[in-house]
Amino acid sequence: MHEPGGDQPIFGMMAEFDRPERLVEAARQARQARFRALDAYSPFPIEELTEILELHDNRVPILTAVGGFLGAALGFTLQAYTNLAFPIDIGGRPLIAIPAFLLITFELGVLGAVLATILGMLVLNRLPRLHHPVFDVETFHLASTDKFFLIIFSIDRRFDAEGTREFLMGLRPHRIDLLTQPAARS
Amino acid sequence: MSAPSPENYAVVTREVDTIPIAYPHPVIWAICFGAALVLFTLFLIGVGATFRYGIGMWGNDIPVGWGIAISNYIWFLGIGHAGTLISALLLLTGTSRRNALSRFAEAMTLFAVICAGLYPLIHLGRPWLFYWMAPYPNSMTIEPQFRSPLAWDFFAVLTYLTVSALFWYIGIIPDLAAVRDRARKRWQQVFYGLLSLGWRGSARHWARWDEAYRLTAVIAIPLVVSVHSEISLLFAAGPIPGWTSTVFPPYFVLGAAFSGFAVVSMISVILRHALKLGDLVTERHLDLLGKLLLATGLMTAYGYWSEVFDTLYGGDSQELATLHDRIAGEYAWSYWGALIANFVPLQLLWWKRFRVNPWSLFLIGLAVAIGMWLERYMLLVVTLYRDYLVSSWGHYHPSVWEWMIFVGMIGVFLAPFLLFVRFLPVISAFEVKAAIFKGEEPRHA
Repeated sequence: MHEPGGDQPIFGMMAEFDRPERLVEAARQARQARFRALDAYSPFPIEELTEILELHDNRVPILTAVGGFLGAALGFTLQAYTNLAFPIDIGGRPLIAIPAFLLITFELGVLGAVLATILGMLVLNRLPRLHHPVFDVETFHLASTDKFFLIIFSIDRRFDAEGTREFLMGLRPHRIDLLTQPAARS
Repeated sequence: MSAPSPENYAVVTREVDTIPIAYPHPVIWAICFGAALVLFTLFLIGVGATFRYGIGMWGNDIPVGWGIAISNYIWFLGIGHAGTLISALLLLTGTSRRNALSRFAEAMTLFAVICAGLYPLIHLGRPWLFYWMAPYPNSMTIEPQFRSPLAWDFFAVLTYLTVSALFWYIGIIPDLAAVRDRARKRWQQVFYGLLSLGWRGSARHWARWDEAYRLTAVIAIPLVVSVHSEISLLFAAGPIPGWTSTVFPPYFVLGAAFSGFAVVSMISVILRHALKLGDLVTERHLDLLGKLLLATGLMTAYGYWSEVFDTLYGGDSQELATLHDRIAGEYAWSYWGALIANFVPLQLLWWKRFRVNPWSLFLIGLAVAIGMWLERYMLLVVTLYRDYLVSSWGHYHPSVWEWMIFVGMIGVFLAPFLLFVRFLPVISAFEVKAAIFKGEEPRHA
């Protein structure tokens, strides 16, 4: 789990930037300051962030390959089994007609690969999740327009409310918010 | 080039994501949607009559058992392919011009594939038994014939429909989140909130999203090729003169892309005009569409030439007779109509002036859409109405019900497409913004 669970009273500290370049630079400095539990929010994908925060997840392509293989295997087995279980002898033609079976094998392979990729991506992202503590930040609705956010989660070993705020101030953000959890607030 | 300023990102969002929240021309939209619903009603009447009284209401009979139901099926499916191709190919080649076109091109794919998929169903003599096409455990000890292209069709179209719907949906999620964040009315917040799945633009999410999106694009391209090749095998598996040319699979795939690019061009011109998106769908985009149309058109022309060459070089008397029927037979109008509408206006696209002019691009696209319809009709009817035996020759004239269903099917396409234009972001705003950030989009820099 890279994010704090619901039992943590403090979720993290979030800084807002008004330029993507500033966010990239802030993420780089946070990594240099040995912060590990980080995330960033931006209106569009920023490849540099994926590099800096080391977010490459090779489970997605693995899922694609596994899904594709399983789909294709299902497609071929379905046709082979059906023909063996309900054999129709037409002039001695082979029951398992490999060339004729390949199109459905390919189509089901594609279907399996795409379903595994997209559903896998959503599951790995823990989506759908309609509410999330970051939505509590007053200006977070601009994260889909033209504002850029960096969060340091409270589960980071180096996180402490004062020190982290000071560090984030050093990055000259637009604003800083301390995020608390709904359960701890009541 | 100066660094992109934050205002530019906001401008893109305002232009695109405000449309669903506060649509600029609700009256014009309502008129168009009303017209689409009228067409849709015609579809319901035509299909209702067909289901009530059977396909004897139609003009198709032996020997022409397929008629415009199947030629329209191929035509609609072909149009759909262009949306996937334009989106996936341009994504993988890293062309930033994709961003303004991909969204509505993919929506076009989705609705065109639905129209295409409906045709074989209503063409069935007993449509209520459509599920017999699927392999399922049953007490009849009977299963689909997997060696038949007709069984392949079922899998190909269902896979294609699922993949294009998912590809389109994951592409639209981030923009739905942007609409959600700008929505002020309660129902809009709930509607877009649910559709956007709680997307929050996290860098972790973007990283996986990007991988999934690209992988799907990589898979979608061979899928398109396989689906339309399979359609051509529906023909090639029939031992009938005129359907046996080995150029059929690429000829069909390219013809499909050709007709689809024509329709994408028409939609681009209309949307750009209606929603005032002239600075997002620029002349550069029209230029690109014109070039794609010209290129695929010339490749399709090669298919025509190759078919004629095959026949003349092969010298088979039945094939020559079919060629003669195409050029001078009862349905010669469909051959010459296809040839002229497809390839004569197309030549104007060699000049940039005609590519970037919305009107000429629209009219050339319209000509190609009509020409490709005639081509599908010609390929089907001219081959079927005369085969080897004179005793099995016949005629085909679509009945008023078939025309009604065809006109109505355009409503089946337009009604959901207009809902898409009205309620969803028609342009991929976040990809335009990403391109601005990378400095690939000179307009806003």
